Amino acid sequence: MKVLVAIKRVIDPYVKVRVKSDDTGVETNNVKMAMNPFCEIAVEEAVRLKESGKAQEVIVVSAGEENCQEQLRTALALGADRAIHIDTEINLEPLTVAKLLQSVMEKELPGLVLLGKQSIDSDNNQVAQMLAALTKRPQGTFASEVNIEGDTVTVVREVDGGLETLKLTLPAIISTDLRLNEPRYASLPNIMKAKKKPMESITPSELGVEVVWHQQILEVTSPPERQGGTQVTSVAELVDKLKNEAKVI
Amino acid sequence: MATLIIAEHDNQRVAPETLKTINAAMAISPSVSVVVAGANCRSVAVEISKVAAVEQVLLADDAVYEAQLAENISALVAEIADQYTHVLAPATTFGKNLMPRIAALLDVAQLSDVIQIESDDTVIRPIYAGNALARVKSNDPIKVMTVRCAAFEPAPVGEAGAKVTELDIVIPCDLSQFISKQAVESERPELAAARVVVSGGRGLGDKESFALVEKLADKLGGAIGASRAAVDAGFVSNDLQVGQTGKVVAPELYIAVGISGAIQHLAGMKDSKVIVAINSDPDAPIFQIADYGLVGDLFELLPELIESL
Repeated sequence: MKVLVAIKRVIDPYVKVRVKSDDTGVETNNVKMAMNPFCEIAVEEAVRLKESGKAQEVIVVSAGEENCQEQLRTALALGADRAIHIDTEINLEPLTVAKLLQSVMEKELPGLVLLGKQSIDSDNNQVAQMLAALTKRPQGTFASEVNIEGDTVTVVREVDGGLETLKLTLPAIISTDLRLNEPRYASLPNIMKAKKKPMESITPSELGVEVVWHQQILEVTSPPERQGGTQVTSVAELVDKLKNEAKVI
Repeated sequence: MATLIIAEHDNQRVAPETLKTINAAMAISPSVSVVVAGANCRSVAVEISKVAAVEQVLLADDAVYEAQLAENISALVAEIADQYTHVLAPATTFGKNLMPRIAALLDVAQLSDVIQIESDDTVIRPIYAGNALARVKSNDPIKVMTVRCAAFEPAPVGEAGAKVTELDIVIPCDLSQFISKQAVESERPELAAARVVVSGGRGLGDKESFALVEKLADKLGGAIGASRAAVDAGFVSNDLQVGQTGKVVAPELYIAVGISGAIQHLAGMKDSKVIVAINSDPDAPIFQIADYGLVGDLFELLPELIESL
């Protein structure tokens, strides 16, 4: 079975983002970029499936500018076999990404597709579900456990109020939650080896997908700042302030 | 404008998030239709029919919808959605799982986790873990969106009984099968709806010490929450995680105990009305947003605080 993993290049999660002064977006020039943390978990899960003999090949795919090949190389260094770069300079909406992935699925025929549950930049949490709809396949979102048994996969999902277990018929689309696994680090020899692994580049039009916009970002602004608070010196003072000043207890 | 709300429920009671979503939709049109899909869930439809703003309840009551899986409910909603300009659901794990599937079936984009509806096509939603707000305009004929419930009050329940119409669309779900649910039982109020939330982090050290957080929450009649570090260390179950990837809360009082205040955690609680931080590290970022900060050993301070309430 082939496993397809979709990954995204995003601003490093530990960077404090700055809104541009012209309110058009967030500053990305000279900002450290990284693989989206949820995508790292998806790559790790795919590599583990390969190591346990459940998968034969792990293909990673990313859509974006040429520099997202860096994140694809990282995924190759972590154990993926080959990479597909969907080359576009246009900012893509989740629906378009889902259509591009649908087209890649039709070519590659994977038994399983793994994606992160959300990218930490746009926080949409949409692509996996949209891909499942377009390909008419079952979905296991927010997965914290994935077990392949024959032609089915059992997924434990993190839902409000607890955990839910579903059994899906393969091929299935799964999105990863934080608890699924602990991603490994790439070793230097593996980073060197990754440079020789195949990387294919393809454009949206070659995949037969027309990039259209459904939405328009009118403005990006900073959220209202909270006023700096006061430091109290004792529990008694805290209780007094909560009772008499804030009046919340 | 015609708005359709997808009700979240457990086949017996409507989830409070549904009422908040109905209220959010008031910004688009004064009355809404609500679809209730499930099994033996007529009581949910009747409950929703009493909400003042609800004009019509569409009931899809069939065994195939019992587990409320995205695969067939999305197909059901897609069949009726062309009569509406807006389709909304709460941005809970239920809504997040279902709505993008509906949007893709309708070939429209989705607006996720909306905190304000400005007009029938323009909304505000947080991006980058709440560190920026995007004003987004949708050009789609049907606007599909999920609503951040912490940003809205529940819709008032009235006397009026809206019409309950049965839908006879039965779509089996053969690719996905519900196996089981492990629910976390708790006597405390629901985290997302609580007036007071007491959250613990890595600073508590172990699971046993987390009992201090629970005691404080019980004294205040509040819910308990946790940082990712506390969940990963196994102090509490993961459905109590507050943050970018967990729950977003905006209670009247949020007490953060032993939580440093990473960007991802702040994303889930910084709209709380009053924030209290108790931490031994005076440089912890949580103090920059806390209204009241108390620096010290939480193993001394917490028992004292519990005692004095």
